[in-house]
Amino acid sequence: MSVREYLRERFMPHLWCPGCGHGIIMNNLIRAIESLGIKKNDIVMVTGIGCSSRISGYLDFHTLHTLHGRALAFATGVKLARPELKIIVPMGDGDAIAIGGNHFIHAARRNIDITAIIMNNRVYGMTGGQFSPLSGYGTLATTAPYGNIYEAFDTVELARGAGASFVARTTTYHVRSMKEIIEKAIMHKGFSVVEILSQCPTYFGRKNKRGDAVEMLKYLKESTAPIGSERKRKNPALIERGIFVEEDRPEYCAEYEKIVEKAQKG
Amino acid sequence: MQETEVLEGSEAVAFAVKACRPQVISAYPISPQTHIVEALARMIADGEMDSEYVRVESEFSAASVISGASAAGSRSYTASSSQGLLLMTEVLYASAGMRLPFVITGVNRAISVPISIQVDHQDTISLRDSGVIQFYVESSQEAYDTHIAAFKIAEDPGILLPVSVCMDGWILTHSYERVSFLEQEEVDRFLPPFKPKNFLDVNDPKSWGSYAEEDVLMEFKYSIHRAMQYGKERIKEIFSELATITGRDHGGLIEAYRTRDAEVILVAMGSMVGTIKEAIDKLRSQGQRVGLIKIRCYRPFPFEDILDNIKVAKVVAVMDANFSMGSEGALGMDLKAKLCGRRGAPLVLDCVAGLGGREVNEKRVLEIVERAREVEESGLPLDEPYWAGLRPEILPEGAENDRQGKIG
Repeated sequence: MSVREYLRERFMPHLWCPGCGHGIIMNNLIRAIESLGIKKNDIVMVTGIGCSSRISGYLDFHTLHTLHGRALAFATGVKLARPELKIIVPMGDGDAIAIGGNHFIHAARRNIDITAIIMNNRVYGMTGGQFSPLSGYGTLATTAPYGNIYEAFDTVELARGAGASFVARTTTYHVRSMKEIIEKAIMHKGFSVVEILSQCPTYFGRKNKRGDAVEMLKYLKESTAPIGSERKRKNPALIERGIFVEEDRPEYCAEYEKIVEKAQKG
Repeated sequence: MQETEVLEGSEAVAFAVKACRPQVISAYPISPQTHIVEALARMIADGEMDSEYVRVESEFSAASVISGASAAGSRSYTASSSQGLLLMTEVLYASAGMRLPFVITGVNRAISVPISIQVDHQDTISLRDSGVIQFYVESSQEAYDTHIAAFKIAEDPGILLPVSVCMDGWILTHSYERVSFLEQEEVDRFLPPFKPKNFLDVNDPKSWGSYAEEDVLMEFKYSIHRAMQYGKERIKEIFSELATITGRDHGGLIEAYRTRDAEVILVAMGSMVGTIKEAIDKLRSQGQRVGLIKIRCYRPFPFEDILDNIKVAKVVAVMDANFSMGSEGALGMDLKAKLCGRRGAPLVLDCVAGLGGREVNEKRVLEIVERAREVEESGLPLDEPYWAGLRPEILPEGAENDRQGKIG
């Protein structure tokens, strides 16, 4: 199937700025789904609000474009009603971890079979470049003209601590491993979290003097290293990428079914 | 001598807020409110303003932070729009119940779904029952002046309620207008520091938000209503006190525009009022007796002032930029509820106008006046509100038989 068949071209041109990393993620998401051979009609994509969330308009699955921060809560409802469907929830960093932080940790705790993709560009792009909970200490933003004083969440540790049974991190530079990780995340039975470090040249890049999109991609290459690699050992400041957690644990919908069966037996 | 500048509506509001010296500001980004809180963040960072600024993880937290700050005796402020205001709703009912006098700018924007960032009043109208006082403004200058009055009104010992200044997103927040500013000393004289009688004090412990049994809850609620009713006169006094300082009189709870002998009177609020005034001037020059009531204060509802100005009117046409699904627009409902049973009351024509940024232009206003004349001639009210500017060609088949806009 050609990539075009996954796109709703009537929604183009998309709203992402030139150089934005979100298109790379959309591209790899399509490739992953294509290589897994999942039928379009077996996928439900649920999104919230923000630049990233516009992806549900552009992709031709069953799509639910919901409210800011609430995508995982809506997705939980979809999954409980139709547990046989694949549920994919792309979110931005603000959407997933700030306003939607509560839903995020509880979805992870339930280990419900949903794939959460966090398109982390470290900024609220749509509203004009305010800092997010993933911007990090010392970064500049329109609401932090002299530097952000808030520490960032470590999404991987947050997801792991909250109980997600699949947790991975990659970047928009590492497109091949991104596709593989997305494939594994979609096939994983349980709550899977993929954090993808993405570039926002328009706001995060410009405010923090990170150069253009190419420079920002180079930074993603240089500032990250595979889990447990030689590079990471030599330079502990590097951000690790790869699969951190991949465990077989009781999944919420399956457990729910079991309880229903048990109760009906009396 | 007041300084005058051409600047963005959002910035005018930020200057007004700055002049009021709030001690705590908390906000979360949402368009089209963002420029206001960004400007305040900049002023604080630049040391032009002495305020605690808390950038939180959601609007729910923003409303909670300023409520807590207010209970602790600080003057506090936030701004939001659309979904953000809806997310604050649970908190705002509580804040009004606790009688916390902070100010919110409600930058008007449509509510999802469909997702839209364009203006209408559905967001703030959804808060009408919360106990928050609501003002609507026509221009950036009025937004500036009303914010300064808003703090004084909120903190009035006989009122003590949150106040929301509602202004149309984009049309007011993002357009550039000439705005005159007061001197800081003038604002300080008008609005002395916030010194509440009751606040969280370690030396004198008190409780807010306690459980109320069925023997007292009604009295608590009635007290909020009483404060609003008392507020009507006090708001007018505070507005006119400010007008003597600024030299700008925007009116009291309402502004009556060419209503004295008008047979048809339009009722509206927000930025569409400017367009309506132009249309009325045009109709007046053709000899038509039409006028306008601009609602400045929506909660408390200024019924007495409206009644004083519609005594000779035959038809009052209400232009609601909101709609209560399955019923009618809020303003129309309020007005009819108060007119019902009054001898000689005019007929009310309910119009829905400007939802989701649908343009309200002169042509639309003239259509509404024409429809009001038809109502006047028939002597009968409409079956169903008139959706001005509705596009029947994109509605499902059969919609042409709807009673929408038809005279009963």
